Amino acid sequence: MAGNSAVKVKIDKVEKVYSGRNGDMIALNGVSLDIMENEFICVVGPSGCGKSTLLNVIAGLLEPTSGAVYVDGKEVRGPGPERGVVFQQYALFPWLTVLKNVQFGLKLQGVSEAESRETAMKYLKMVDLEQFADAYPKELSGGMKQRVAIARAYAVNPQVLLMDEPFGALDAQTRTQLQSELIKTWQEQKKTCFFITHDVEEAVILATKVIIMSARPGRIKKIVDIDLPYPRTQEMKMELPFLDLKSYIWGEVYQEYLEVRK
Amino acid sequence: METRKKDKSFWTQIPDGAWMLLSLAAAILLWIFIASTEAGGVVFAEPWEVFAKLVDKVSDGTLWQHTYISLFRVIAGFSLGFVISIPIAFLMGWYAPFRNVVAPWVQFVRNIPPLAYIPLVITGAGVGEKAKVIVIFIASFLVLVVTIYQGVCNVDATLIKAARVLGASDKDIFFKVVIPASTPFILVGARLGLSASLTTLVAAELTGASKGLGMMIQKAQGYYDMATVLLGILIIGIIGMLMEQLVKFLERKLTGWQETVQ
Repeated sequence: MAGNSAVKVKIDKVEKVYSGRNGDMIALNGVSLDIMENEFICVVGPSGCGKSTLLNVIAGLLEPTSGAVYVDGKEVRGPGPERGVVFQQYALFPWLTVLKNVQFGLKLQGVSEAESRETAMKYLKMVDLEQFADAYPKELSGGMKQRVAIARAYAVNPQVLLMDEPFGALDAQTRTQLQSELIKTWQEQKKTCFFITHDVEEAVILATKVIIMSARPGRIKKIVDIDLPYPRTQEMKMELPFLDLKSYIWGEVYQEYLEVRK
Repeated sequence: METRKKDKSFWTQIPDGAWMLLSLAAAILLWIFIASTEAGGVVFAEPWEVFAKLVDKVSDGTLWQHTYISLFRVIAGFSLGFVISIPIAFLMGWYAPFRNVVAPWVQFVRNIPPLAYIPLVITGAGVGEKAKVIVIFIASFLVLVVTIYQGVCNVDATLIKAARVLGASDKDIFFKVVIPASTPFILVGARLGLSASLTTLVAAELTGASKGLGMMIQKAQGYYDMATVLLGILIIGIIGMLMEQLVKFLERKLTGWQETVQ
């Protein structure tokens, strides 16, 4: 990704310690990372390596014990509209229609009903769900719900998109489809993406850079550049460069799994 | 398998209305049968005697007076309980110090039958309307507070996070997430609270009132007028069912968005 040299998100020696009944648990142990503008970062690592904690710190939903996160040089002190989040559990408001869900953030910002409606419809079209605008979440499948959640995050036009295993609860086919859609959307409307997954293949097909985290205490073990050309296609998954990267990263992650089990 | 399917479809072909008529007819037949036996006849007046009483009391206007005053007490006590329980339940859900002080007492008083504290209320508020409304208020308030508090505790934390990252303030979260998410529990509380109100009504009226369905039953017992006793019981039952239908209607209107297991 030449030509994008600006640091969008700076993670600076972030440490997060949870104090519990059995003493302190270090979730993040001095994590530093510069995320460039329009990069697509995928984070992989065994469960308990602090991936979600890191995402929550960037989102401003968790305060780091020490260290800080900066977006465009400004320290994060809570959630902000320039950072959108997509959760694994979709987190759609079940009492609102699909359209009203996508309008939610816009209306909080004081955008008028008519204008927010128009914007929301635009993003529903982007995820191909405009015909479900008046449906309630309970009428949608898991994959459709997550597409609504993505549209909702996009609607407020954040510069950074944080995704916490968004496709983790979906079946393999839906997941592949949503991966392709996400790549397409990202190419059309560039955003800085921070995407957590436990699926190495998913990380390689999406990312410009894969971050491998090690567990207990959580820190960055390796950063792997994925220099496969975009648009990425599902066929690439069969090809040698992809398979090389996948098996290399998988090996690194697997080592961490073994560490955790010890 | 084949016959079971056929069997099932036979029963499902009968419309709901027909079932209701069938059930009603069975109950009346049973009633006639019991009233015709020697032991049963002492307790149960014949259906037509009760019907004659109904015509009597409707034509002289006394039934309406009894029903009106009882309904007034239930609605006044319940409404008061409803309006006050909502802020209390939300405070309990959101502020730990408030919860820690109040919750044990709610639990404590909840297990005391209203009949036990009626003497206290009558001594304090006299035998007039005030005392009856207060007793019904206490009974419905306790049921409502416990149920709504349960609802506030069960609000999905991810929904609150999702709202927060879309830019919601604490006030937004309260009105746009916590309240709608608790609506199903508020309605369940309303249903339980109304039935507690009716139960308590009769108890409150038995302790002394000049009018009211409970009083009508009490007085009739003194004259050994079992037809009036039965009439009073039936009317209370019908009021209860109508109230339940009303709440169910509201549930369909307000919480149709819920994912149900059925």
